[in-house]
Amino acid sequence: MKISMFHLMPYRDLPDDFERRYHSVWVDPPYFELADSEKIGQYYNWTFDELIHAARCGMDGICVNEHHQNAYGMMPSPDLMGSVLARATNGMKTAVVQMGMTLPTTVPPIRVAEEYGMIDCISGGRMVAGMPLGTPMDVNLCYGISPAEHRERYYEAHDLIMKAWSARETFAWNGKYFKLPMVNPWPRPIQQPHPPVWIPGSGSLSTWDFAAKHDHCYCYLSYWGHHSGKQVVDGFWEFVSKNGLDPNPYRVGFLQLVAVSESDAQAEKDYYRHVRYFYDKCLHVPPEYISSSGNQDYRSLVNSIKNINPEIGKLTEELKHWKFSEFVKRGFVIAGSPATVRDHLMDAVKGLRVGNLMVLLHIGSMPHDLTIKNIELFSREVMPHFRSVWDDQWENRWWPKRLLDKPATGVTRSANGEARASK
Amino acid sequence: MPEERTLNLWHGAVKPTVKVAGSGAPLVFLHSGFGPLWEAFLDNLARDFTVYAPSHPGTGPNDVDGIRAIDDWWDLVLYYYELLDALGLKAPMLVGHSFGGMVAAEVAATDPARVSKLALIAPFGLWRDDAPIPLISTLPTPEVARRIFHPADHPASRLVFPNRNDTDAVIRITWAQNCANKFIWPIPDKGLKKRMHRISAPTLIVWGAKDGLIPPVYAEDFKRGIKNARVEIVDNASHMAPLERPETVAGIIARFLKS
Repeated sequence: MKISMFHLMPYRDLPDDFERRYHSVWVDPPYFELADSEKIGQYYNWTFDELIHAARCGMDGICVNEHHQNAYGMMPSPDLMGSVLARATNGMKTAVVQMGMTLPTTVPPIRVAEEYGMIDCISGGRMVAGMPLGTPMDVNLCYGISPAEHRERYYEAHDLIMKAWSARETFAWNGKYFKLPMVNPWPRPIQQPHPPVWIPGSGSLSTWDFAAKHDHCYCYLSYWGHHSGKQVVDGFWEFVSKNGLDPNPYRVGFLQLVAVSESDAQAEKDYYRHVRYFYDKCLHVPPEYISSSGNQDYRSLVNSIKNINPEIGKLTEELKHWKFSEFVKRGFVIAGSPATVRDHLMDAVKGLRVGNLMVLLHIGSMPHDLTIKNIELFSREVMPHFRSVWDDQWENRWWPKRLLDKPATGVTRSANGEARASK
Repeated sequence: MPEERTLNLWHGAVKPTVKVAGSGAPLVFLHSGFGPLWEAFLDNLARDFTVYAPSHPGTGPNDVDGIRAIDDWWDLVLYYYELLDALGLKAPMLVGHSFGGMVAAEVAATDPARVSKLALIAPFGLWRDDAPIPLISTLPTPEVARRIFHPADHPASRLVFPNRNDTDAVIRITWAQNCANKFIWPIPDKGLKKRMHRISAPTLIVWGAKDGLIPPVYAEDFKRGIKNARVEIVDNASHMAPLERPETVAGIIARFLKS
C-alpha cells in the first residue's frame, strides 16, 4: 500500500482561549489580532522541511491542500507548495500529492491543467492530481461562488482539465461557466494520458458517482478517525460492488491522525496538548458556515435534513472533555508506541480496505522537533510493516507509474536521494 | 382561500404555482427568499385587488427542478416577463418583498411599460459599504430572528423558523432560501443602481424601522434613484414587516396603489 504524509500548515501559536474569544478559525479570524507574519514565514519553512524530511525518510508521498482565510490551513495556493516540494524531492521515490487545487475557484480552470503540468514536469512524473470540490467556507464564503453553481462549476472544470491534458489539437471550450477560444496548455504532464486523479469527498452519493464514473480514486478526508469513517467508507464499497467495479483497495484514500512515540505513556505526554489544540481550536468553525452553502441538490438536501445525525452534535460537545485515551480509543488519533500504532493502524487499513492512506503527522500546535520525531518514528518503526499490504493481489492504478517499479524501502536508502537538476 | 394555478413556463422547465384571490385591478406579489406564503397580508390586499402570488422558480410544490433552468439574473428577469405575459397582465401593479422586491425593481427598470405602480418592501438590490448586508445563511438562527423580526420571537417568526421536527417545513424553507441565494449570492448588487432611473411607475418604498438585515438607510437610496418615489417607514416592524404587521403594511400599500 501507499502511505503519504499530509500537512495542513496550521498556525501553531493561537492563544489558549482562542475558541472562547473568537468566532471561527476559518473565514473571519482577525489576522492582525492573532497572527504574526514573521512566525508564519517560519512555519512555512518548517512545513517544507517536515515534508521533505518525510520524503527522505521514505514516505511514499507528501500531501498539501488548499484552504482560504483559515488559521489551521494556510496554503491558499497548494501549487506554490507543491512546486517547491517537487524540486526538493527530485531523485526520491516520493509522490507529490496535490490534494489540491480547488477546481470551482480556479478561474479559468486550465490554470489547474497548466500548474499541475508544471509540477508533474518538475517532479519527473511523480505528481498525483487531487481535484477537490472545495468546502462551503473556501468556495462560497471566501471566494464568493454561488452555492447553486458550486457543483456544476466543479464538473465543468474537471471535464475541461481532462480534455486540456489529452487533446492533440487546440480546441475551443464553450462551457456554461467557462468560455475559452483556443485551449492548448503548455506544458502537459509527463504522465500520460494524465496523472492519477484523487477526488476528496465527505460521503455524498453524487461524489461517489462522479469518482466511479471517471475511475478516479475516492478519498475520504475526515478528522474523525477510522471508527467514525468506517460507515462512509463501507458505504462507498457497497456502492462499488453494486456498480460492478472491482474492489481494488487503491480506489480509496483515507486521512488519519497518527502520533508515534517511544511508549504509549510518552505519546500522551508528547501529543495530548497538540491533539487538544487541533480539535478545540483548528476545528472551531460555526455550524452555520459548514451548512450555509445550499450547494446540495434537492434530493441530497432532503436526505441530509431527514437524516440529521444527532450523534455528531453530541460528539462535538463530548470531545471537549475527552482525555487522550478517549481520542485513541475512539480512533480519532492512532497514537502510542510503534507497536500500538502498528496494530491499530493495521486494523484501520484492513477494516476500511484502504490502499492510499494519508497520515496527518503534524497535528495542530506541534513544534518542529516533535514533528520530526513523529515522522522518523513512523517511517522507521511503522511504515515498513505496511509495505506489502494489498500488493499481492492489487495494482495501484492511482499512483504515478514511475514510482511503482521499485518501492521505496525506508530511511537508509532514500536518505541518499539528493535533489537533481530536472531535465 | 386563494385559487391555485400551475403554469408551464420557460419551455416547460419551470412550473410555478400562482395563487390568485380577490377582485379589482391586478396586483402581482413577489415573495421573499423564505418562499411563497399566503398569509393575512395578502388576504388584506385581496380585499381591494386581484392578487396574483407566483412561486419563485424552484419553490413551487411541483417545481423543485425549476431553479436549474434559470441560470442567472438575466434569465430570471426574462422569466418574469414571460410569467406576466402568461397571466395575461399588460401593466399590473407590482409589489415585491425583500428578494421579491429586488426582482420587481429590476422588471420595472428594464421594461418600464410592464409595471403601472411599484411597491417595494425592504428590497435587496443596492449596496452600501457603510451598511453591508450579511448573508442570512451564514448566521445562527437566533441572530437571523433578531435581525428580521421585531421582537425576535414575534409569533409570525414560526412561519420562517419552523420546529426542527417539522422536517417538511424545514426542507421547504431551506430550499426556498437556496433558490433565492442563487441570485443574491455573494452580494445582492446586480447593477440596479445603473438602471433604476429607468423606472417610470410611481413607486412606494416601505421599510420596517427595525430592519436589522437591510437597514432602513437603504430606503433613501431607492428613493434617490427612482424618479417618482416616496418612502414609508413602518414603526415597530423589522425586515418581515408584511408578516409582522400585515394590516398596517397592506393598508399603506393599498392606499398608495389606489391613489
